[in-house]
Amino acid sequence: MRTRKRTGWRRIVNGVNIAGLISVLFIALPLYWMTIGSFETPANLASSPPQWFPVPGTTANYSTAFSQYHFWIFFRNSLIVTIIATALVLALGTLAGYALGRTPMRGKFSLLVVLLMISVFPEIAIIAPLYLLMREIGWLNSYQALILPYTAFNLPFAIWILRNYFLGIPKEMEETGRIDGAGPLRTMWSIVLPQALPGLFTAGIFCFTACWTEFLMALTFNAQTNFQTIPVGIATFGTQDITPFPTIFAASVVAVIPIGILVFIFRKFVISGLTSGAVKG
Amino acid sequence: MATVSLEQVNKVYPNGFHAVHDLSLDIADGEFMVLVGPSGCGKTTALRMVAGLEDISSGTLKIGTRTVNDVTPKDRDIAMVFQNYALYPHMTVAENIGFALKLRKMPKTDIEARVKETAEILGLTEWLNRKPGQLSGGQRQRVAMGRAIVREPSVFLMDEPLSNLDAKLRVQMRAEVSRIQRRINVSTIYVTHDQIEAMTMGDRVAVMRAGLLQQCDNPQVLYDHPDNLFVAAFIGSPAMNLYEASVTEGAAAVRVGSQQIDLPASVTTAHSGLAAFAGKRIVLGLRPEHLPASGDARPGPTLTGDVDLVEALGSELMVHFTIDAKRVQAEGAHDPDAEDVAAAGEGVARVDPRAPVKAGERFTFAIDADGMQFFDPETGLAIW
Ligand SMILES: Nc1ncnc2c1ncn2[C@@H]1O[C@H](COP(=O)(O)OP(=O)(O)OP(=O)(O)O)[C@@H](O)[C@H]1O
Ligand SMILES: [Mg+2]
Repeated sequence: MRTRKRTGWRRIVNGVNIAGLISVLFIALPLYWMTIGSFETPANLASSPPQWFPVPGTTANYSTAFSQYHFWIFFRNSLIVTIIATALVLALGTLAGYALGRTPMRGKFSLLVVLLMISVFPEIAIIAPLYLLMREIGWLNSYQALILPYTAFNLPFAIWILRNYFLGIPKEMEETGRIDGAGPLRTMWSIVLPQALPGLFTAGIFCFTACWTEFLMALTFNAQTNFQTIPVGIATFGTQDITPFPTIFAASVVAVIPIGILVFIFRKFVISGLTSGAVKG
Repeated sequence: MATVSLEQVNKVYPNGFHAVHDLSLDIADGEFMVLVGPSGCGKTTALRMVAGLEDISSGTLKIGTRTVNDVTPKDRDIAMVFQNYALYPHMTVAENIGFALKLRKMPKTDIEARVKETAEILGLTEWLNRKPGQLSGGQRQRVAMGRAIVREPSVFLMDEPLSNLDAKLRVQMRAEVSRIQRRINVSTIYVTHDQIEAMTMGDRVAVMRAGLLQQCDNPQVLYDHPDNLFVAAFIGSPAMNLYEASVTEGAAAVRVGSQQIDLPASVTTAHSGLAAFAGKRIVLGLRPEHLPASGDARPGPTLTGDVDLVEALGSELMVHFTIDAKRVQAEGAHDPDAEDVAAAGEGVARVDPRAPVKAGERFTFAIDADGMQFFDPETGLAIW
């Protein structure tokens, strides 16, 4: 393709830039709306036309979320469930992904296809039997009622990502390790995992986000406030008559922050993870 | 330091493929043994069995006096350099070289000293704090060597360590690897598919084909006295000219196409086995340098051909010519990487640069009779 040199305003206003801007706005506007909404007073909310920036604004919605609506309980529950499920997914996914990537095994390919099918299986199809099961074994309203299904649902995808990473690591590296005297665990820890870090971060963030935002199971299995997670908790804000939007927005902003921080810290890994996993195969 | 001996070693892969047949080799203490052969002949498999990375299906492998068939790789006291180097990308050069020592729980200061010493031998001192990704191909290759020599193993195993380098660097590293091996004097098995590498580096060279050892000897013997057609065709560049021929009644001459080459007494004495082939078909082998120029002036056997192409190399002329005899190809011996020197004609001669040879004319080459080789077309074996 021949590139023309653009001059003056055309350098800034061109199709590619405009398309980019529109996409960014499309994604960012709701986030912006949510963020400013969380600082609005009833007066801001009522003003017409709506304000782009709430003046004077208030932080009262944040304290309301925490004091009146037990937001910190939901936050704690979400953290516990999400972190444990993600840790389990990564630990099991690493072992399974390694086994599927490296060891000679009969029916390996069919197994991988089944895994892929499971990972796109609709949650709603098994929620009822799962509920009955949970009730039977007395797990309703417990952390494990969410941790276990979350682990199971997110594991297949993690196995796929990690397996692809392990496949991309030349076998000779592990063999050199074996000759040099590294046992299997040492090889895994010092040679394989450091090279699969991008894969671990990618799988980890996908899993974290999925658990953090999961609604259906959380709603069905854990009806008690004490075990509700953020998405369910926020949905119960307010009464029959009032929907306290600014408070909901405030809680949502707090809920988004951990994911934002994670993605920000590991952004380089995630990006390289998404692309190199795709290329190496 | 140690000897390595393979006795009747076989490898059958789980899928039933028999990759190495009854391989017997003895590598002396400090010897540089090269395993060479075309792609897929089982060189890597043989090396990996010595390393312990593949099980030995049958046979005995000894390192020193110890049978190591069932010994794990780390307890065999070997070091291996892989074709792709397999450097750890997340570790610096120093960490890469020191990794094996760290696994042995050697004190940090000792590791540093050993790594430093190794880096000096290899000229890597400047790069010790770099990651492999920031090194050139040649430097990476040396790090891979460093990782092997720092352990002071009793045996070195190298699988095509130079094949990732460009041609010029390869020649340079060839000398370098030989120099290092001689300096630390460790028994070495070196795998390559490049016969020039094999000839220039090996104390002895083992030629393999389709899982079978063809011949194992020092490079000059392989060149001068190949045991069979395959070795004759595989070793040497340009390759040996091989023609279908027949021995006359009385075994005093061979007939190649329409020409008759009288054999001097020295030849019939040296190859007394030829008598048994009187009146039968054989394969005649002539290396390009055994066809010097201008036979007319000299007494003795000659070969006349139509000259297709003359390549002037300064010190000599490469003359491609055709005769009316069928050229014999030894299956699999042709190195796909080598320039196809034989393609221009059916034979190649290496003659004096002042010889009056011109493309498109007939020319009579002298035959250096002592260089003639004879093979049984049925078995491929050399006739002596
Ligand atoms: N794991 C395996 N299972 C089955 N067959 C194998 C296996 N590994 C190698 N082979 C076969 O064994 C034969 C020898 O392989 P090997 O890797 O030893 O060849 P090589 O001489 O090193 O060739 P190259 O010069 O191409 O590296 C080949 O035909 C190969 O297809
Ligand atoms: Mg090989």
